[in-house]
Amino acid sequence: MKEFAYVRAGSVEEATSAYAAHPGSRYLGGGTNLVDLMKLGVETPAALIDVTRLPLDRVEELPDGALRVGATVRNSDLAAHPLVRDRYPALSQALLAGASGQLRNAATTGGNLLQRTRCPYFQDLSKPCNKREPGSGCGARDGVHRDHAVLGHSAHCIATHPSDMAVALAALDGRVELDGPEGARSVPAADFHRLPGDRPEQDTEIRPGELVTGMLLPAATAGLPSAYRKARDRASYAFALASVAVVLRLDHGVIGRAGLAFGALAHRPWRARRAEEALLGAAPTRAAFEHAVEAELSAAQPLRDNAYKVPLARSLAVDVLSRLTDTALTGRDS
Amino acid sequence: MGNHRHHARTALRVNGKPHTLTVDHRRVLLDLLREDLGLTGAKKGCDHGQCGACTVLVDGRRVNSCLLFAVALDGCEVTTVEGLSGDGEEPHPLQRAFLERDAFQCGYCTPGQICSAAGVLAEAAAGHPSHVTDPAAPPGEPVPLDREEIRERLSGNLCRCGAYPRIVEAVEDVIP
Amino acid sequence: MTGGVGAPAERREGREKVGGTARYAAEFHFPGGAQAWPVPAVVARGRVTGVDTTAALVVPGVLAVLSHENAPRLVEPDDPTLAVLQNARVPHRGWFVALVVAETLEAARAGAAAVRVTYDAEEHDVALTVSHPGVYVPEEANGGHPAVREQGDPDGAFDSAAARVDVAYRVPPLHNHPMEPHASTARWEDGRLTVHTSSQGTGAVRATLAALFGLPQERIVVTAEHVGGGFGSKGTPRPDVVLAAMAARHTGRPVTVALPRRCLPAVVGHRAPTLHRLRLGADGDGRLESLVHEVTTHTSRIKEFVEQAAVPARVMYAAPHSRTVHRVAALDVPSPSWMRAPGEAPGMYALESAMDELAVGLGMDPIELRVRNEPDVEPDSGKPFSSRNLVGCLREGARRFGWAGRDPRPGTRRDGPLLLGTGVAAATYPVLVAPSTATARARPDGTFLVRINATDIGTGARTVLAQVGADALGVPLEQVRIEVGSTELPSASLAGGSSGTASWGWAVHDACARLARRLAEHPGPLPEQGLGASADTKGAADAESDFARHAFGAHFAEVAVDTVTGEVRVGRLLGVYAAGRILNPRTARSQFVGGMTMGLGMALTEGSTMDAAFGDFNESDLASYHVPVHADIAEIDAHWLDEEDSRLNPMGSKGIGEIGIVGTAAAIGNAVHHATGVRLRELPLSPDRLLTGLLDRRAQDAL
Repeated sequence: MKEFAYVRAGSVEEATSAYAAHPGSRYLGGGTNLVDLMKLGVETPAALIDVTRLPLDRVEELPDGALRVGATVRNSDLAAHPLVRDRYPALSQALLAGASGQLRNAATTGGNLLQRTRCPYFQDLSKPCNKREPGSGCGARDGVHRDHAVLGHSAHCIATHPSDMAVALAALDGRVELDGPEGARSVPAADFHRLPGDRPEQDTEIRPGELVTGMLLPAATAGLPSAYRKARDRASYAFALASVAVVLRLDHGVIGRAGLAFGALAHRPWRARRAEEALLGAAPTRAAFEHAVEAELSAAQPLRDNAYKVPLARSLAVDVLSRLTDTALTGRDS
Repeated sequence: MGNHRHHARTALRVNGKPHTLTVDHRRVLLDLLREDLGLTGAKKGCDHGQCGACTVLVDGRRVNSCLLFAVALDGCEVTTVEGLSGDGEEPHPLQRAFLERDAFQCGYCTPGQICSAAGVLAEAAAGHPSHVTDPAAPPGEPVPLDREEIRERLSGNLCRCGAYPRIVEAVEDVIP
Repeated sequence: MTGGVGAPAERREGREKVGGTARYAAEFHFPGGAQAWPVPAVVARGRVTGVDTTAALVVPGVLAVLSHENAPRLVEPDDPTLAVLQNARVPHRGWFVALVVAETLEAARAGAAAVRVTYDAEEHDVALTVSHPGVYVPEEANGGHPAVREQGDPDGAFDSAAARVDVAYRVPPLHNHPMEPHASTARWEDGRLTVHTSSQGTGAVRATLAALFGLPQERIVVTAEHVGGGFGSKGTPRPDVVLAAMAARHTGRPVTVALPRRCLPAVVGHRAPTLHRLRLGADGDGRLESLVHEVTTHTSRIKEFVEQAAVPARVMYAAPHSRTVHRVAALDVPSPSWMRAPGEAPGMYALESAMDELAVGLGMDPIELRVRNEPDVEPDSGKPFSSRNLVGCLREGARRFGWAGRDPRPGTRRDGPLLLGTGVAAATYPVLVAPSTATARARPDGTFLVRINATDIGTGARTVLAQVGADALGVPLEQVRIEVGSTELPSASLAGGSSGTASWGWAVHDACARLARRLAEHPGPLPEQGLGASADTKGAADAESDFARHAFGAHFAEVAVDTVTGEVRVGRLLGVYAAGRILNPRTARSQFVGGMTMGLGMALTEGSTMDAAFGDFNESDLASYHVPVHADIAEIDAHWLDEEDSRLNPMGSKGIGEIGIVGTAAAIGNAVHHATGVRLRELPLSPDRLLTGLLDRRAQDAL
């Protein structure tokens, strides 16, 4: 790890100014991924701008019923927040399905969104990786890629995004709030993370110097039935092989609103728009779920060793849709 | 001491004692405890937040000390396994329970397991849910810690000797 | 006497371990102490053509960079993996090519990142297949076992057998990953070397360092007071201790080398992948006519280590015709080595899975199939068993587990989305024992001091040896003090091969028994220096036995397979063992359960992948190499039979550290088959494989 300067920011303005004043800097949140990557030499910031003490540590209800989650709210606190548990259960469940108690106590909302892929080639400086070193190649494509993408990957990169939280946020129609040199703005969560294309080094739509200040959970999905489910190699403390977040509303026995997103299948949380379209207006039957999920996953392009992800994602999605509609219809958890 | 751009003074309370140190910005809490303060109870198992052996309490919350830059903890209160029982000679009830249950073998993950368990007890009492908590459980209410809850909540602490069943029993022993 | 052999005495070092004051190898701080960080090779085969240390040496705090260009010369070691920084050759990726020594960990790490190494890379080959052209039959497998044994006409008997199983299994590379990464702190003072190391046996470390550095052993002290697990990977000295001693000599400072976790897979050994072919031929009643177990594995270019996975087939079942074969290919891979129950763990996975397949094929209960094939003598050697209570373990296990009335049909028990099943497998592990020495001293204050260079890697050696001593002396446990973990103590064998307690206990027993006799003959009060006795079990412990000596066990597993995800959960795991006399039920239970936990990992979560393009293990950290976590472990129980065996050692004990892992993976795999009807023959039984298997089966059923 190279030596770096350290600046503790007290306000968003201080943070973005410090970032501008220190070329090669990075914002430091909980550090659970950044410090890890610095130790590996993947990240080599000249300066760290510590944003953990910014006044962004609250979950607040907005007049329209939306929830604003500050960027420095810790993952464990967010998962435990009564309003989140009550109104956005998928988000709480996704957070609790990720990492460990210790990591969730440190990890921040902003940092969770900005965490990098756990692709082993990305983490190993001695191997080619277009994400880490553009133009160097991709070691994973012909290498060990059981955990890699089946949707939306490119010749340049087959990495997946590791966040659980971001998958739920995408399904819930959340937004990511940013502030930076060009002012504040917000981006739909489903569009915040990018597909790799020919610029895999760019994980998100964030602009240089911009800081994630929070995320917004809309009133429109508040209180709707939602759930998150994840399959993994061990019972806890492992990244997803595949995961799914679903939020839906039944109107007079048919699906009136559906949000569905997959995790661990792509370079970003995969908002399943085609599946959602197929679900709208459909009666909540297993056949309808299978048809809808198929509409989405037929676009999958599995690699040599990760074809299992397609049936796994299908199975997870159908299961969660079934459970949720059962809950919605009967008013109780099956 | 090196370049001022890369070092800073940081003040911490560790196990109730104040310490002010000039630290290399790169120094993580784990190395500060082990190398600067001689508190080697917190262990280095992976140095990347993947094993939990370095678990300590910062401001009462369990965290992986290998991933926290010490400079960012200025003003924080740190409790390690050495300070868990306060000033007393008597071990903390968790330490006693680990002894009685033979909840360890090589002992290397043990301080992390114990600190983590201390954090778990506080989190459950404060109503923090886990992956296995019934989503319908009332928010804010203390979560009863059955075995499944304890196992899930302690899953960030690896034990290669396989003392898991005894660790869970030890934690059960101290549940109020 | 209270607290003697058989009592559940509390661990003697327990207070220090739960209080955080137990010190491990990297935790000895000396004035002027420096830290070191290794630089691993990034080619799988080739030569180092240059080591540019310019940038590293200007990193503030860096004291030195060692490489083959400047490191102290070593006498060529017996173990080629210890010839670090001696020449430009890179035998595998991850081999250390430089070491940076610095004032702090941060500077050492930064320095290591700044070392520029250039290579002349050569084509490498790391992909093991059964048909690899480099595969050969070695002279012997690990443990000195002959590579090939054959009786009768196994092929002919197989061809004419009424019931046949002919299947292939694969066990992937596995990593020991003790929680404490390998570490050593070394310092030189006046030509004397003192080392604190994380090792399963400091005697071998001292002998190795003496040979490497051309020093008499008397000038070297090696201690391992507390060791954070080893599981075989610390059974021999590893590069950390050699590097620490070299760096300390080179810099004149005490130096600590604590290996980064990611380095371990390449330099501390691994369980080599094993490709198994099992052929079982039986008559209609399930009596084996032919048993053929052929194993293909890999080793490195620099060291031949052949996982003896076909050896348990020479012990387990009566079959008039048999063949067991080991084959190996030397590839450009890291050197494999011991990992808990080398040979038995992968070998019994394959054999006990095949036995289950045979039972299913015959429509026989798998316990009855095993009972029917109980041998009268050890099949390979023809020796009688000193004791063999496999059947007792199977029967007692069946009783405790509730096996009776089990519906053998696979894939028929459902609980919502879960498929439920149960499985059984047998386990065996040899009784190994090695000569050791010990002293015992009675002191005027009424206490006794037992000294022996045993190593407590978590087994509870201090505690159980004190119990053995107390018994032999006929005094309460509290009166016996014990010192272990240093070459300053009477020499003793390593903590490995489940041999520690038997070997050390024998010497402790003899020394204490001798002291007891001296005391009985001693009139009046003790002299100021007390009264002492010593023992050396050479000639006794290593005497050839007329008996085949093995521990046996039976494992039972109950699993639930989630048909949505292919995830497997083990609801119950039971082990019943016949392992001689259990000296401390409290610590013994922990060892059995620990072995079973590692076996569960082997079955479900652990597996490493050799990256063909780069020549290293893909799963190099604890995020990607999945050691089981708390949530993976539900109910695990261990029980044992009272087994009297006078042909072992004075305590009547067999080793217990490894047998727990041996049958666990097969029991779980067999339970998964019972649950689903899917027979997976490659470990681990991960969700991707299970789900694919379930879908294939569903597609077949639909046809």
